[in-house]
Amino acid sequence: MTPMDMRDKTAIVGIGWTKYSKNSGVSTLTLALEASKNAIEDAGLRVQDIDSVLTFSTGELVSTRSLASHLGLPILRYRLDISGGGDVSQAVVANAATAVATGKANYALVYRAINGASGIRFGDAAHAVERTKSAAGSNNEAQFLQPYGVLAAVHYFAFLCRRHMIQYGTPTPEQLGSFAIACRKWANLNPRAQMYPRPMTMEDYMNSRMIAEPLRLYDCCLTSDGATALIVTTAERAKDLKHRPVYIRAAAEGGGPFTDGEVWTNYGRDHTVSYAHYIAADLWRRAGIGPKDIDVAEIYDCFTYGAINQIEDFGFCKKGEGGAFVEGGRTGPGGEFPVNTHGGLLSEAYIHGLNSTVEAVSQLRGDAGARQVKDAELAIVTGGGTDIFGSALVLRR
Amino acid sequence: MAEYKKLLPKPTSDTKPYWDACRRHELVVQRCKDCETYRFYPSAMCTKCFSMNYEWHKVSGKGTVYTWTVVWNPPGPQYADDVPYIPVVVELNEQPGLFMPGRLLECDPKDVRAGMPVAVVFVDVTEEITLPHWQPVSKGTKKSKP
Repeated sequence: MTPMDMRDKTAIVGIGWTKYSKNSGVSTLTLALEASKNAIEDAGLRVQDIDSVLTFSTGELVSTRSLASHLGLPILRYRLDISGGGDVSQAVVANAATAVATGKANYALVYRAINGASGIRFGDAAHAVERTKSAAGSNNEAQFLQPYGVLAAVHYFAFLCRRHMIQYGTPTPEQLGSFAIACRKWANLNPRAQMYPRPMTMEDYMNSRMIAEPLRLYDCCLTSDGATALIVTTAERAKDLKHRPVYIRAAAEGGGPFTDGEVWTNYGRDHTVSYAHYIAADLWRRAGIGPKDIDVAEIYDCFTYGAINQIEDFGFCKKGEGGAFVEGGRTGPGGEFPVNTHGGLLSEAYIHGLNSTVEAVSQLRGDAGARQVKDAELAIVTGGGTDIFGSALVLRR
Repeated sequence: MAEYKKLLPKPTSDTKPYWDACRRHELVVQRCKDCETYRFYPSAMCTKCFSMNYEWHKVSGKGTVYTWTVVWNPPGPQYADDVPYIPVVVELNEQPGLFMPGRLLECDPKDVRAGMPVAVVFVDVTEEITLPHWQPVSKGTKKSKP
């Protein structure tokens, strides 16, 4: 058996979410229940049809055991809790696909629930200390970064962005800003987005608070309370459900694991590449298509730089030219290469990439309303940003 | 000494020799006994030849700036007085690709350049911990004698 045998054999048949906000006022378990129920109803299924649950987290977990209990599932045939953030977001969906395709389960529920704004905020100092206490963050690197005030994801991505600028002269601040502005324009078409309906101009971007050079506030994704969920089943079962199926054409995950727990890599030499450099060839081969066939791209944007880097490494433009590629509104509404049509993690919400998967599904169903990319047939959804690990899906109508 | 509120390293059995050397104001790095490759972060295994035979080796304390950032937004209240500060990754002169993160002192944020020569400077922050920081080295700069 090869990954090619999986092509188009499974589909995403239901999508659901809660309100995305800075303070949900409820527990992450409640958020997970609400998003799950919405996804199940969207699929035209009953709660008791679900026999498999999968999730991922960086320590603040709503465990699959817990969710399955609180859903009252009559039987559980497969479950998986993965430690990780956006990097594993699409891999979790791929795992759900494998489970249903191999007959381990019938209908798999994938969810991510987080109080990331009102609770522990991923990527800040308090979280950094927490991560070294758990398996999510190894201390062998943290002790060589944290004492110098290098504590948060923004610092690590600032190191990497600077290295790219040293080698390629890009991205420039205007290029970073262009990407952020394009995502905001999409968010302004999306009532679900936390940043709806606030516009962003280049002046707004340049005036936004400098966090760690060259990354400003508007280069950094949101913090969010909320949950997102989706349902995966076989293509065969998908035929009988409520919406047109969105098929999982291909999945790939991996990277060059040259670090130990955090982002800054100490064993590798090329700090200008993301995980996409290592998995793109597999993804395109498994999908039987190339970058030019993609109609809509949901590219993981924990930081503007991370997304621009992945755009290069998946082959949408030449290495080093990602900055120029995202200028002039190319990735925004009306542009020739739509990216992050929900507003991304930068402007919709930071549900660690699962909110990007459901947006791709809406686009391919033709349900994206004001955000609809005309004739969208093929989408890519990605998760990750560093070179260590990431995951991606190609979905088709 | 006033109470030090910023994050401190927690030495482990793998890393204690490094932090003990810092206390002596010496910069040490592991070197594989079998292929003589230096490595950092400390680890029991060489990722080049997979040997677990190594020794700690005193290095020159000289390197160049490989990458950096300037932090303007304090990541916690205990860093409020530090900003702007300059985290840096130094490539040690001993070996290409031998990287050591740290913080750059005595340098205006606008003056940091890739490849800038730097030298280690040790800062005793508590009774137990000394942190290696870095400062620019200018070629041909001589201290004038009184």
